[in-house]
Amino acid sequence: MARKAGLFDLRLVIAVLFAIYGVVLLVVGLGFTDEADLAKADGLNINLWSGVGMIALSAVFAAWATLRPVIVPDESVERAEGASGAGR
Amino acid sequence: MPVLAQVDLRLDAGPLDYTLLAVYFAFVLGIGFLARRSVSSSLDFLLSGRSLPAWVTGLAFISANLGAIELLGMAANGAQYGMATVHYYWIGAIPAMVFLGLVMMPFYYGSKVRSVPEFLRRRFGKGAHLVNAISFAAAQVLIAGVNLYALAFLLNLMLGWPIPLSVVIAALIVLTYTALGGLSAAIYNEVLQFFVIVAALLPLTIVGLHKVGGWRGLVDKVTGGPGGAEQLSAWPATELTGLQNPVLSVIGIVFGLGFVLSFGYWTTNFAEVQRALSAKSMSAARRTPIIGAYPKMLIPFVIIIPGIIAALVVPEMVALKAGEDSGGVVYNNALPALIGELLPNGMLGIAITGLLASFMAGVAANVSSFNTVFTYDLWQDYVRKDRPDEYYLRVGRLATIGGTVIAVGTAFLAAGYGNIMDYIQALFSFFNAPLFATFILAMFWKRMSAAAGWAGLVAGTLGAVAVFVLAETGVLDLPGQGASFLGAGVAFAVDIVVSVAVTMFTRPVPEERLVGLVYSLTPKEDRRHSTTGEDAGWYRSPLLLGIGVLVLTAVLNIIFG
Repeated sequence: MARKAGLFDLRLVIAVLFAIYGVVLLVVGLGFTDEADLAKADGLNINLWSGVGMIALSAVFAAWATLRPVIVPDESVERAEGASGAGR
Repeated sequence: MPVLAQVDLRLDAGPLDYTLLAVYFAFVLGIGFLARRSVSSSLDFLLSGRSLPAWVTGLAFISANLGAIELLGMAANGAQYGMATVHYYWIGAIPAMVFLGLVMMPFYYGSKVRSVPEFLRRRFGKGAHLVNAISFAAAQVLIAGVNLYALAFLLNLMLGWPIPLSVVIAALIVLTYTALGGLSAAIYNEVLQFFVIVAALLPLTIVGLHKVGGWRGLVDKVTGGPGGAEQLSAWPATELTGLQNPVLSVIGIVFGLGFVLSFGYWTTNFAEVQRALSAKSMSAARRTPIIGAYPKMLIPFVIIIPGIIAALVVPEMVALKAGEDSGGVVYNNALPALIGELLPNGMLGIAITGLLASFMAGVAANVSSFNTVFTYDLWQDYVRKDRPDEYYLRVGRLATIGGTVIAVGTAFLAAGYGNIMDYIQALFSFFNAPLFATFILAMFWKRMSAAAGWAGLVAGTLGAVAVFVLAETGVLDLPGQGASFLGAGVAFAVDIVVSVAVTMFTRPVPEERLVGLVYSLTPKEDRRHSTTGEDAGWYRSPLLLGIGVLVLTAVLNIIFG
């Protein structure tokens, strides 16, 4: 019987980091962007759009990790406890 | 550097930006702690237990090279020379990476060596091994110090942090995760760093292009600027090479940069090859540099174009480019200056994080390749043989600490004597220059003798030194990058000639010792990779992937030629 590698899938680490970054930037872009910030970035609300992009990136990695979980073959479970959980 | 310290590149980073930076550091350290659970042997610590999937090692392969000196330097080249800078990627990296994956990796991975110097020991014995292992180990710790200093210098410039404080904090963070989790932690963080750098540079490029009026506006402004329209095309790059004759310039790029310099770096530098050696199968190892080649092909668009834009929109950079008083701003400031000019709080924090991430990953790559060569190639081979594996795991951890301490010392030395570091880097490029010649002969010419191994390396290095001295003293007049291209070419040629000549007068290595190391003596099935299970599928074929990236690169060269 094979089993999934739990916590330490690098794809999930990437997904979580960019979910945090994306949500923070999205909130800043929506609620805390004044004229000076807009003028600096030549009229683009770059925080908002970067936030959207990062949330999308996060979703892609989360989906990949969910759809194709790392399977640790039985014979190597003992040795690889928590290891090699980086995807395929 | 008092002149530079007067430049005001201070970014007005707020609490939000520092919070985003702190989140990243928490992730970096978290990866170190998580990776620690998987370390139970020296091979786990120093080579990730040969267990990583190809997309991870592939991204780490280019991230290890995407250090800050590279990032700032290439943006600077973009600001100064324009599109010709893409040669460092399209000519100076892609072909060599594909060659490494398709031609050389079967011998590196197939022979189960644990390091590049170890390949030389198995092929040639002690002479060539010692030359390479010592020069590589010394280069890595010293270059780690240069990276640390560059990081601290930038932090001082952008955020006003004192240089000694930045050096120590950055070193402690890198030390913590590499000493805990070993190569796995370094590689995982390199992958994370890759995405953070892209997340920082892509919005910067978009805002920059918007600012100059899109691609059309960029073209118009560069054409009307001091660089002129030729800075928009990659060829013939006469400014970059310093060769006035366009034909010679193209030859210089293709052979100097494209062949000798880049093949020497990408195919024999253990800090790079190590990433592929940690892959979980022969197929994954061969795909590592080839998968890395795809983002490597595209990344100049978010590094060089911001550099070009910086020279158009940052007032001090515009003045510098026009040859006027720039108030101490130099081309190396292009990227931080553009970040300060265009990004509001929030994205500013991501951009600072991206720059710091790239610095720290560079240091981590130096340290994690140093500890492997020190442990396996110097300590195990020459100091303490035949100890139990736990002993070498402990040596690996201690080497990590020792290497970091030396790097910190080097960083402080660099802070005092900036020019010394330029010479140290030049010195180690001499050792790198002839390596490719020796490896390619070693892998494809079974007759090549042990004495030829070290004699070729030493002679080639001396050849590169000779060119360097002639250029420094003004005997050879080659501005731009011309001298380093020529030096590498001379090193390559001298290495081949001396290796062949010495082989003629010395006895060859017995053939039975060369199985797995030399093309004609390695059974075909040993060089083949599996095509079943997780290596199955046409899209996992190294050859197909390699041809794909070469074709795409050629297309890009035509579009931007």
